[in-house]
Amino acid sequence: MLTKDGVEFKDASDLVGKGMYEVDELLWETYPDTAVIGIGQAGEMKLSNAGISVNDTENRPGRYAGRGGMGAVMGARGVKAIVIDDTGGPGVEIADKELFDLGRRKLTESIQEHDLTKKGGGLPSYGTAILVNIINEAGGLPTRNFSAGQFEGAAKISGEAIAEVVEKRRTNGGYEGMVGHKCSPGCIIGCSNVYPDEEGKHIVSCLEYETAWALSANCGIDDLDSVARMTRECNDVGVDTIESGNAIAVAMDGGLLKFGDGEGALKLFDEIRRGTPLGRILGQGVEATAKAFGVHRVPTVKGQSMPAYEPRAIKGIGVTYATTPMGADHTAGYTIAPEIAGVGGKVDPLSDEGKADLSLTFQAATAFIDSTGYCLFIAFPILDIAKGWAGMAETVAGVTGMSITGDDVVPLGKEILKMERLFNEGAGFTPEADRMPEFMRYEKLPPHDVVWTIKDEELDKVYGWVHNGS
Amino acid sequence: MHVEVRLFATLRRCAPALGVGESLKLTVDPGTTIADLRDQLGLPPEEVRVVMRNNLQADLNDQIGDGDRIAFVPAIAGG
Repeated sequence: MLTKDGVEFKDASDLVGKGMYEVDELLWETYPDTAVIGIGQAGEMKLSNAGISVNDTENRPGRYAGRGGMGAVMGARGVKAIVIDDTGGPGVEIADKELFDLGRRKLTESIQEHDLTKKGGGLPSYGTAILVNIINEAGGLPTRNFSAGQFEGAAKISGEAIAEVVEKRRTNGGYEGMVGHKCSPGCIIGCSNVYPDEEGKHIVSCLEYETAWALSANCGIDDLDSVARMTRECNDVGVDTIESGNAIAVAMDGGLLKFGDGEGALKLFDEIRRGTPLGRILGQGVEATAKAFGVHRVPTVKGQSMPAYEPRAIKGIGVTYATTPMGADHTAGYTIAPEIAGVGGKVDPLSDEGKADLSLTFQAATAFIDSTGYCLFIAFPILDIAKGWAGMAETVAGVTGMSITGDDVVPLGKEILKMERLFNEGAGFTPEADRMPEFMRYEKLPPHDVVWTIKDEELDKVYGWVHNGS
Repeated sequence: MHVEVRLFATLRRCAPALGVGESLKLTVDPGTTIADLRDQLGLPPEEVRVVMRNNLQADLNDQIGDGDRIAFVPAIAGG
């Protein structure tokens, strides 16, 4: 329990063994309107795929620090949940209120003006799953455990399809489905959604692009209701949806289930919940599952599985997967913006040229924005609208009192990346960890029939400056 | 010439009868560019952020070939 008075440890034995839906509900009975950060059964079992749940404003456990197995760290420390009550807290000290307000106005305007983030724009209307159809069209939607770049059922699990279900299932009174949901107080984008069942009650909030892809296209499942129910299970048991979808896809590749078996896939989450041998294997993530099932197609870097962009068809994001200190991760350097979306420039996704520099620039800018605590989605409008970029930097300068402008974002981001990189080196990582999975070098990916072609020397250039200077 | 057209996300409002996952099957004159097609469909130019031709990034000035698959994409991103 964390309050303005400090930290107090409380006995949580009544919560042990429970899933996050019940944990959130029970804790709000005693501590209403608080932030609840917790782990499900997967974290208690210290499984590598255990994430950390954060409740949303309606006290649902859908907001996860999903990747990297951090839930296992909480589990290892015997911490089931952290309740934060900010009542009477001092708030954030702002060093230069005038500069902060100036920057905030510019940033807000850029978000409200951009076609993607404005009211009625792409993200509030369709959520992040707006990407499904476009990435599929570009031949970069990993399908059936990264064996193809297009999924014939893509449209059925797209943001457009989610919006259609939300509209069609509308009931008279008590309807819980919605698009344009805000996952945190003060959000001015609203890219979240609440996916309803046929009676209009929520199954899960929210169905994200990554989640919709991992549990559908990658498993050959084209039924949104199945995907929603699996996502709810992920949120309850406390596992990352990306790693879970990939682990199931790998297990399907190894013959556990047929691709497309949504009912069978749903049951696997109860195996994790109960800690059966199969559940523990799946809950340890893709590499453990691939070893258990003898699968050679293992889409991981540094032990973390790849998200919803095929690196053979979108090369820049592959450079990010390979080189980011945290293992295969799209958010660390989202080159999809210029490679697919035409945001922040326009670059051919299939070309190898210039992708090392592109990835590094995006990784550096992202490290800065992530460090501020801003939602990363502010990046899209401010990459296109110059006043937003400057305004973001001004808000940071205003809060901290530091002298920071838009020109400082990338250099400061590189300083952060350097620390991450040196941490990894201290932990024993070498450039050999910055490599793509072997199968991607020789298995051609349809429809473009491409393999991973960026040379290792190019990958090594991304962080070459850490020891050689910039 | 025959052309298959896909509209995504917010651009779908320009063809309200088109179901999710469906494409328009159109006939166009030889020499038609992707920009011409955009205008024939009444898509607001400022809202078309990216165009794709046969699953590849394309340019608005590209001429359409018989049997091409064209996609018009508005501002999208996420993840």
